[in-house]
Amino acid sequence: MLQIKKDDYQNLVSAHDQKRPILKNCLKAFFVGGFICVIGQGISFFYMYVFDFTEETVGDPTVATLIFITMLLTGFGVYDKIAQFSGAGTAVPVTGFGNAVISAAMEHRTEGFVQGVGANMFKLAGSVILFGVFSAFIVALIKTALMEFGVIG
Amino acid sequence: MVFLWAFIVGGIICVIGQLIMDIFKKTPGFTLSLLVVLGAILDGFGLYEPLVDFAGAGATVPITSFGNALVHGALLEAEKSGMIGVITGMFEVTSSGISAAIIFGMIGALLFKPKG
Repeated sequence: MLQIKKDDYQNLVSAHDQKRPILKNCLKAFFVGGFICVIGQGISFFYMYVFDFTEETVGDPTVATLIFITMLLTGFGVYDKIAQFSGAGTAVPVTGFGNAVISAAMEHRTEGFVQGVGANMFKLAGSVILFGVFSAFIVALIKTALMEFGVIG
Repeated sequence: MVFLWAFIVGGIICVIGQLIMDIFKKTPGFTLSLLVVLGAILDGFGLYEPLVDFAGAGATVPITSFGNALVHGALLEAEKSGMIGVITGMFEVTSSGISAAIIFGMIGALLFKPKG
């Protein structure tokens, strides 16, 4: 009987694994990600000049607007094509978070609104919220405790 | 000038994400979670706010700002009402990203049929 050991399997996998074009991927991620941030900056300036947002508060409406644009692009099936090309360039900006929520919601619509859309909306993005909230809790707790005991100012 | 820095800083954060995905062979979900934690830690040391001042949307658009905003809300509320503020204030600053994702997710599910 042919026995395949774990090491053999690993060797087999790495022999057939495609070499990732890391430099090319990084360049794509850099330009697409940078471009999305430039669009975000444009939206920020729009909110700052047209409405009375300050530099500190303008992040919120900017993020909401970017997620709205993401909804349209996801709905028309364009987002997936851009994401395929740019990798982390579209995943890392907040549009990637929006896309994860929106595409999951759309994809599971056929299973109904409660069992499908409601239950699956945060299937992909849930871990981002979990680890974000939990790490923020730990960080804020430590910092507040240090401030209360007068260790830092 | 702000546009240039937004482009460069935003691009670099995306390259960090791409490197985590390519070199350590992690899924996008893992990468995003890690970046959010990084953003939270950076804000804990008070380093994220200067980055936002410097790069504008280059720092607020990447997902790292989500972690930063969570810590920020928690600390603001903790200043007012003590330890319990860490929990009650957490979503104070960051609510727009999550509420926008939920609202537009629902609208998207109502409007569009999935493609492919």
